[in-house]
Amino acid sequence: MIEEKSIVKVAMADLNVCDSQGILRTTGLGSCVGLTLYDPLLKIGGMAHVMLPSSSIAREGQLNLAKYADTALPVLYNKLLTLGASPGRLVAKMAGGAQMFAFSGAGDSMRIGPRNVDSCKEGLEQMHIPLIGEDTGGNYGRTVELDCSTGKFTIRSVQRDIKEL
Amino acid sequence: MELFKHGKDFKMDVLKEVGNIGAGNAATALSQLLNKPIDMAVPQVQLIPFEQIAENVGGPEKIVLAVFLRVEGEAPGNLFFIMTPEAGKKLLHTLAGIEVSQDGVFTEMEQSAISEIGNILAGSYLSSLADFTKLSMMPTVPGLAMDMAGAVLSYGLLQFGEMGDDALLINTTFLEGEYEVEGQFFLIPDPETFAQIFEALGVPLEHD
Repeated sequence: MIEEKSIVKVAMADLNVCDSQGILRTTGLGSCVGLTLYDPLLKIGGMAHVMLPSSSIAREGQLNLAKYADTALPVLYNKLLTLGASPGRLVAKMAGGAQMFAFSGAGDSMRIGPRNVDSCKEGLEQMHIPLIGEDTGGNYGRTVELDCSTGKFTIRSVQRDIKEL
Repeated sequence: MELFKHGKDFKMDVLKEVGNIGAGNAATALSQLLNKPIDMAVPQVQLIPFEQIAENVGGPEKIVLAVFLRVEGEAPGNLFFIMTPEAGKKLLHTLAGIEVSQDGVFTEMEQSAISEIGNILAGSYLSSLADFTKLSMMPTVPGLAMDMAGAVLSYGLLQFGEMGDDALLINTTFLEGEYEVEGQFFLIPDPETFAQIFEALGVPLEHD
């Protein structure tokens, strides 16, 4: 029997989880980071499209937890645990955090990509989740997919070969 | 946004006029550069979720050629000049008489020329706005990228990101008929800038 897998879209500043029937997908990552967690035994995974490094800079009333690296990771983690994932089995892969435009002296906001990556790594370290695949930095955009039946993480970009982690 | 709770339609109209003046001057500058008439569409002012902004240029994965400038001064914000790569090639060919390569790759010379055109147009966009509002607006050195629209435009959303999940965008399309060179200006003022603009133009911030 051939099973049709469904694409589960993750919007900018959003996160989602799915089981082995689905493929998590987020498009057009620039300075943003596509952060994924995966439980290889249960074949369930989650993905966040992280936009900013830290919720400490937030000035919004209703905090969107999926938007910030430091808040998205715990939410993703808890969602997967609710679905039965074991903390000891979770592994992380991520991509993005590019610097699309090269500027001289345009300030800190231009370095937002590397800062997003650093913040994600810090969070993973604190939660003792191993980062087993990474395609970050550079100056180009990425579209990423996590196939939850295999844990394969696919990265597509313009004028570059498809990468699999 | 809190600021648009009162008199939203009127404030949106004011911002449309802001886009009209800015892009109108930029279109004139382009028209002089090309020595060709340039048509301009009525500006659109949109308060929309981040995810939808890239839909204006064909979706987050659509490949665009973008010149990006950060605007500094009393009314900070982000300004994009966006074209399809094909339109960029046509512009170079028409304007600079450059014998462009057709393989979708931009040589260093071509990139530099596009940046400079973007710089000139953005400069005239901003200087007309600065004259109109009497607010200082200084463009930074332009950055150029040819990549997925979502990846490129996300840079204009960082300031709004701290405030919520929507951004306010002033979008103007212009078109050069004969060669079908189409481009778009996206002005995304920082959230705090709106109060500055309204105050400068004498728009009351509160209505009852």
